[in-house]
Amino acid sequence: MATKLSIWRKIKNRIAMTMAFLAMAFGLFWLFWILITTLDLGIASLSLKLFTQMTPPPGSEGGLLNAIVGSLLLVSLGTLLGTPIGILAGIYLAEYGKHTWLGRVTQFLNDILLSAPSIVIGLFVYAIYVAQAGHFSGYSGVVALAMLVIPVVIRATENMLLLVPNPMREAAFALGAPKWKVIVKVTLRASAAGILTGVLLAIARISGETAPLLFTALSNQFWTLNMNGPIANLPVTIFKFAMSPYQDWQQLAWSAVFLITMGVLTLNIIARVMFRSSKHT
Amino acid sequence: MSSTRQGKLGDWIFFNLTRFFALFVLLMLGGTVASLVHGAWPAIERFGPSFLWSGEWNPPMERFGALIPIYGTLATSLIALIIAVPVSFGIAIFLTEMAPVWLKRPLGIAIELLAGVPSIVYGMWGLLVFSPVFAKYAQPMLAATLGKLPVVGELFSGPALGIGILSAGVVLAIMTIPFIASVMRDVFDVTPPMLKESAYGLGATTWEVVWHVVLPYTKVGVIGGVMLGLGRALGETMAVTFLIGNMNVFGGFSLFLPGNSIASALANEFAEADSPIYAASLIELGLILFFITFVVLSLSKLLLMQLSRRGGLET
Repeated sequence: MATKLSIWRKIKNRIAMTMAFLAMAFGLFWLFWILITTLDLGIASLSLKLFTQMTPPPGSEGGLLNAIVGSLLLVSLGTLLGTPIGILAGIYLAEYGKHTWLGRVTQFLNDILLSAPSIVIGLFVYAIYVAQAGHFSGYSGVVALAMLVIPVVIRATENMLLLVPNPMREAAFALGAPKWKVIVKVTLRASAAGILTGVLLAIARISGETAPLLFTALSNQFWTLNMNGPIANLPVTIFKFAMSPYQDWQQLAWSAVFLITMGVLTLNIIARVMFRSSKHT
Repeated sequence: MSSTRQGKLGDWIFFNLTRFFALFVLLMLGGTVASLVHGAWPAIERFGPSFLWSGEWNPPMERFGALIPIYGTLATSLIALIIAVPVSFGIAIFLTEMAPVWLKRPLGIAIELLAGVPSIVYGMWGLLVFSPVFAKYAQPMLAATLGKLPVVGELFSGPALGIGILSAGVVLAIMTIPFIASVMRDVFDVTPPMLKESAYGLGATTWEVVWHVVLPYTKVGVIGGVMLGLGRALGETMAVTFLIGNMNVFGGFSLFLPGNSIASALANEFAEADSPIYAASLIELGLILFFITFVVLSLSKLLLMQLSRRGGLET
């Protein structure tokens, strides 16, 4: 009788473990399907023209130069604007505000902001910037992207600073350093690699963001570096071209998908490898 | 002496600078709510609470109701959870209890990469690659099996278009899996080894350890993870916009039919909203979305905090 029971338990265990294995395979299956499609269709349409020509009208040849440059501008300015704000707020949360109401409330709400729908951020920037200025602009896109960078960087900064062992702070205090110097020269430096990881992940996240750019930077078929007007960028170009019935536009959209996916996944992998090595030293 | 004074001044400046930016985050959130309410006000004033249950979305007649996008948002997110929760549970078990140590990290990263793929990529892949396959194989199969059942059958009837509520839900599930799976894995990892070892010592199988020890211990965190996934799914925009079909008319309960979600209505229509009341109605949709996700994400955070207070989990 005991053996009968144990056989049933073993079978149940075997079934559960098989299901878990299949679940893992299911997850990986989609990742590979998406990657293979991206590589297959993306590489097929890869050519030098992508980097030398502008987005074309339907039916003629062209590239993605204006969208690539626009995306680079938007993402780098968004990161430059959001990162310092995120780091400073993160410092407050970890070093000053742990037991204050402001610290607690900010920490709580920041985690919500981290997962809040980005399209709503776009609406907000539209209301406070685009509607006031009266026109779509690259700068408003930068503001929207910065708002997505901030919560990621805050979270990374706070977590990394909290990992710094207290004796390190105490040693610096004992040498007579004021608190701000302890933070800037000791704790911040000790957690630099972790914070950089967070910044890289934030860049990865905003590189593919489309929704908040729809009402801010919009898009532009032509070459421009003028950030005060609509500016081309890869995500919105993909949206426009992929939904179109034109073959050559769809081809270009696949190239753009290829560029973005490879960029984003590379950033993700670099960030993770870097964080791992920084943890070990 | 002067260096201490300098230090004090430096401290004061630095403290207030960091505090200002912490406050700034609150202002950002408060500003978002305030600007949404302000922008939506004409619609709130004109339609009142009936905006929530009116199913009419008629820009030329300037009559707007949120029922269809709300239904689409909830239906796609629910489908996503029904698929993603068991799969994520399996992945978390595999990663914490089954995988050999050297495989844990690469597999964990692979699942996290699924979260790194931008939503627009899911959208384009979903529309041009996934949906034809879905229409050709999966939908006829579902119609022939589940579609034959009473009551439930209605959900799986109708033409196999490849786009619609069901396929948007399926792609949303793929996007939600990494979020739920990594929270589940992290909370499973905080179960004290002592508890697990004791159960194994009594002769429990891996499944029994997971089901009777790990899961009860981490229940709160697991629900928190599911809520986080739900919060993500509700607000997901681009992938759903590509796949849901963007139909503002209710055609029936079949999940094969196209529909609309709040986020995709915004993405598609906001830039073209030509009358003030049209724009205000769309902003009110955004406000509703923000409110729902705020509640769901707050719950998620509270649950995860509860577990971390007990077990030292990093949330």
